[in-house]
Amino acid sequence: MRKLEKKHPLAIRWFHWVNFPLLFLMIWSGLLIYWANAVYRLGLGKYTLFTLFPERTFAALGIPHRLAEGMALHFFFMWFFAINGFLYVLYTVLSGEWRYLVPNRRSFREAVQVVLHDLHLSKIEPPPRKFNGAQQIAYTTVILMGVGSLVTGLAIYKPVQLAWLTALLGGYPRARWEHFWLAGGYVLFFVIHLVQVARAGWNNFRAMVTGYQIVRAGIRPPAEKPNPSRPAGEATS
Amino acid sequence: MKNRRREPVDEQDAQVAREMRNKSRRSFLVMGIGAAAGFAGWKWLTARPEGADLPRPLRRTLEFNGKLGESYFEEKSLTPTFPRDMARMPRVNGEEGMSVGFDPVTWRMYVTGAGRARSFTLEEIQRLPRVDMTTEHKCIEGWSTVVNWTGARLSDFAAAYKLATRSGTSPDMRTRPRDLLRYVGLETPDGGYYVGMDMPSALHPQTLLCYEMNGKPLSISHGAPLRLVTTVKYGIKSIKRIGSLTFTDDRPRDFWAEQGYDWYAGL
Repeated sequence: MRKLEKKHPLAIRWFHWVNFPLLFLMIWSGLLIYWANAVYRLGLGKYTLFTLFPERTFAALGIPHRLAEGMALHFFFMWFFAINGFLYVLYTVLSGEWRYLVPNRRSFREAVQVVLHDLHLSKIEPPPRKFNGAQQIAYTTVILMGVGSLVTGLAIYKPVQLAWLTALLGGYPRARWEHFWLAGGYVLFFVIHLVQVARAGWNNFRAMVTGYQIVRAGIRPPAEKPNPSRPAGEATS
Repeated sequence: MKNRRREPVDEQDAQVAREMRNKSRRSFLVMGIGAAAGFAGWKWLTARPEGADLPRPLRRTLEFNGKLGESYFEEKSLTPTFPRDMARMPRVNGEEGMSVGFDPVTWRMYVTGAGRARSFTLEEIQRLPRVDMTTEHKCIEGWSTVVNWTGARLSDFAAAYKLATRSGTSPDMRTRPRDLLRYVGLETPDGGYYVGMDMPSALHPQTLLCYEMNGKPLSISHGAPLRLVTTVKYGIKSIKRIGSLTFTDDRPRDFWAEQGYDWYAGL
């Protein structure tokens, strides 16, 4: 027997889907800006794996010579990106949703288990909670990265008026480097997120659009109220 | 389960599936409308007006950000300074306004404002209090170089010659902010490069009429005999080879703002 179960609140779905194009535009306009001083690379010491990015890559994406446009877009969408992120955090705090999202002391061990399972190195199924330990860590980290982007962004946007902040982050060039790699982190997050969503299947994806998922009644414990006191590992019983 | 059709459990499952389909239809429709609205918004946002300028909503946002920047601009917040031995030569970036055949010997800086006009020699600027600072020169492209600059504060220059004010007295941002003209415009002698600045930034203690760089007189390519250096703006505002300086209430034209960059460009 199956039944419908509410999974994601309407507000969270809106924040998520509004954030998607906003984050994309922030990264895209960021690349338009970055091109003008594309100095970072992946490598160790003198050895360079690859430069970020080869001029051919920029050219193929139509990025060169659009610095002014990139800055204008970046300083337009930054407002919406920041406000949406702020409202999301505010909502999770006020609604209690944060209890599903913030890792607890069991999340880390569970996350290792989930990763081993997903790499087919372990047969232990991830717990059927809304978010398992690996998800909790990932979804909380990406919010902290968002805060990091805001802070490092401010430090390179107003390095004189906010000189103390820029200094705290190691100076102007260092803050720019941090800002860049946080964007790289989003791309990494996005790739893994996409793979995991594909693996989890349609029912899971549809829940992020409709809010509901179909579950087998009786097998899955109802998750009506957030219950942080319940140990994570015992949910499978 | 699947081969046991028409049983009550399957009836219930079918009901659940129908319900889910209805919810999905509604939600995906809303999402589609949202995506279409977003796309329309993007088209509106990026519709270009004539010329090289930015789409209007983007330009207005830059202006808004600039106003916000002005509102929390603190005259007292100084750019961090660095040890003198960290100074390097910045790259020469752009030739606008640096036409050949310029003669630094016969050079004068022409200053106008509030109905007065006169020209200045380099010696007159050098007689003003000499200020030395080692600061990070930040290019709008994203690179930065620590440079040692020597020159006279623009604020000292304005005070000494009673410029920048409507009344023709020395500027005083604290007690008589209304007496200040609102902007400074600077241009190269050939008019090939020009910048505009708000008055608080122009009178900032780290805005210099600069004649030495890393301990040596400015080279021609770095703006001899006199250039502007300001730490509170991107490098695009630190105009080389100043030909004229105007104190005005009308916002001066700005070379890079005309190319789609932010007019304020404050750091």
